[in-house]
Amino acid sequence: MSAYIIRRLLYAIPILIGVNALTFVLFFVVNSPDDMARMHLGDKRVTDEAILAWKQEYGYDKPLLYNREGQGTEAFTETILFEKSIRLFVFDFGRSDSGRDIGFDISQRMWPSLAIAVPTLLVGLAVNITFALLLAFFRASYLDFWGVVICVAMMSVSGLFYIIGGQFLVGKLLSLVPISGYDTGMSALKFMILPVIVGVIGGIGSGTRWYRTLFLEEINRDYVRSARAKGLSEHLVLFRHVLRNALIPILTGVVVVLPLLFIGSLLVESFFGIPGLGSYTIDAINRQDFAIVRAMVFLGAVLYIIGLLLTDISYTIADPRVRLD
Amino acid sequence: MAFQPVVLWTDALIYLLLVLTAVTVWHTRRHEHLITPWRRVARSRTAQIAMVVLSVYVIIGLLDTVHFHPKTGEDEQGKPIYSTEVLSLFDQLAGPLRTEREKTYSAPFATHMFSKSNIELPDGTTVRDFPRLKYGGAHLGDDVSGKGADIVVRGMRGAFEGALLWLLLLFALCRFRPQRLRDLLTGRSETPWHYAAWTLLIVLLLGGAVAELAAKYHILGTDKVGEDVFYQALKSIRTGLVIGTLTTLVMLPAALLLGIMAGYYRGWVDDVIQYLYTTLNSIPGVLLIAAAVLMMQIYMANNADSFNSVTERADLRLLFLCLILGVTSWTGLCRLLRAETLKLRELEYVQAARAFGVGNFIILVRHVLPNVMHIVLITIVLDFSGLVLAEAVLSYINIGVDPATNSWGNMINSARLELAREPVVWWSLLAAFAFMFTLVLAANLFSDVVRDAFDPRLRQQR
Repeated sequence: MSAYIIRRLLYAIPILIGVNALTFVLFFVVNSPDDMARMHLGDKRVTDEAILAWKQEYGYDKPLLYNREGQGTEAFTETILFEKSIRLFVFDFGRSDSGRDIGFDISQRMWPSLAIAVPTLLVGLAVNITFALLLAFFRASYLDFWGVVICVAMMSVSGLFYIIGGQFLVGKLLSLVPISGYDTGMSALKFMILPVIVGVIGGIGSGTRWYRTLFLEEINRDYVRSARAKGLSEHLVLFRHVLRNALIPILTGVVVVLPLLFIGSLLVESFFGIPGLGSYTIDAINRQDFAIVRAMVFLGAVLYIIGLLLTDISYTIADPRVRLD
Repeated sequence: MAFQPVVLWTDALIYLLLVLTAVTVWHTRRHEHLITPWRRVARSRTAQIAMVVLSVYVIIGLLDTVHFHPKTGEDEQGKPIYSTEVLSLFDQLAGPLRTEREKTYSAPFATHMFSKSNIELPDGTTVRDFPRLKYGGAHLGDDVSGKGADIVVRGMRGAFEGALLWLLLLFALCRFRPQRLRDLLTGRSETPWHYAAWTLLIVLLLGGAVAELAAKYHILGTDKVGEDVFYQALKSIRTGLVIGTLTTLVMLPAALLLGIMAGYYRGWVDDVIQYLYTTLNSIPGVLLIAAAVLMMQIYMANNADSFNSVTERADLRLLFLCLILGVTSWTGLCRLLRAETLKLRELEYVQAARAFGVGNFIILVRHVLPNVMHIVLITIVLDFSGLVLAEAVLSYINIGVDPATNSWGNMINSARLELAREPVVWWSLLAAFAFMFTLVLAANLFSDVVRDAFDPRLRQQR
């Protein structure tokens, strides 16, 4: 097991190098630092001195790959590649284009993201599994048919409308909770309710339908027929046998997104004004702060790879038939 | 000539897509085993209804694809002068919808503006009142008390015209034999097309009424700059369809080639290709798109001179968005194709072909490719609705289509803040919601039927 984990961790290294190379090409080769400087300074003041000053201020004035003036290893370390890209490997994100420490910002902002994302995931999971079990229990009936139709209809609504509708209905018309904002400590609770509800409702359509398929797949298996044949009641079959076996794909599907919960949801956070990593990213995109976007791309990739690793491990725990070696 | 044709980049790709579709249809019709699943699709009630709805969207989208510069006049030598504006066939048909602009917001079917402003009366005094719209309900004159009756009468007339058109159309389709028409409408013909026929009636009833009313009113109101919201929503159809279809089209060659090669050759080829898609896949899609679009924005800002017009720039941006969405979405298809090819290469007929000394390329094209096409088809239809929804989200965070392009995402984006107004400006959101929901729902329902008909695994279960 541990040998497998170590091997998987080693396998992650080339992938991270690939991600890093890709972001490097995207951010520094497609457009040179000069282009970025021009973009930031606006069209009016584009003298060469201004560009040079901007690049110096943000540390983009070094050569891309190889510094001819450097001594020894400095020929490689005094470059944009090393300063801006390779340092990401030790999670040194550097400073954003507005001068703030990105690593510090991330460590501050991941908590509000988690505060929204974790309840959304848990409540959503409970709601989706309940509905899916209900549909599977009444399979091939009118309830099942219309349930699936409603699921498909709910899937066809853009997430934007769930958010806008929720804000309008609950926040503005009924004035039950604040429309947007965030607070520290327990008073954050009233700001969390609406985003969580909206997030859960937005996921019901696809989630319920997907889990229902999983349940139905299990229901057609031989062991379920045996369980029925030995005289178990339908709901015992459903809860003791089908649910437990269907939980394997459900849980492993959840595990892969667990690390990404840190990043949170871009849309929900920006609409509800939650100071998490999602709105951090959106703000960076709108301000064209490339350092932050670059850091988030790398962080996202790292978290995704951790998620894949966790998935493989959780398989062995949830399903004793799977052995990793 | 009264116009000068313009072919934008996305237009060219849409034409290519049309040609490809035509070739596929022609090829399918000649092979019984290829038609069989489509027959299954056609027999489904949901698929018929969804198909009619989708074709309405496709027709509008295609009309909006034929672009040209209209003629504005002639110079001294009698040579025509063309406007720099790019219009489409749809713009031409929509006529007044495009040109009749109000000053600012007005509600659906309104005759007066949404907010009060100072109006100067002929005698020089000013009053604060709702100004009369320039075009909305202009035929009513100053006395608007008959508006309700007028709307009902016009709506009825339009619906009646729609019904007439429907009858004529179906009758023509049945080659003017009443017996056939009766069979068609009661579902007694070979393929029961009656659901499609009745859906078409509803669509034409609605379409007729809407067309008749839209000529005289702003049926979905006007937006901040006074543009007709109904027109915007219709123009957005093309953007939605382009994103939904061209994305898959541009990523298809890479996914097919790499997926099949990885599965067929295995070894280091497989390793390299797997590494490639794992790396791309490990970057969360939104972030990769954001990074790429940001870079493109800089490129476009720094090379502004190389674009002839706003339309051209917006079009290239749309194409680029399709490309980058394709880059993030080909990995799923590639993985599926690889797995399927791995399975296929061990099957007897491939082994036999290899034993006969058939070359790898021929085996791939003749034996492997046709047997993975159902996966490609299922992926295309399943991805479509997700891409349409993604466009709205991306446009909302400003990394989607150009702000000058009509799209549902841009409509939502600009209307969102108006919900805070009192009273609420809701019609832009409603229009975007209704148009998007109908398209995505139809696509979702259709793709489910297609998947059920083409997936051999699902077929066995029944």
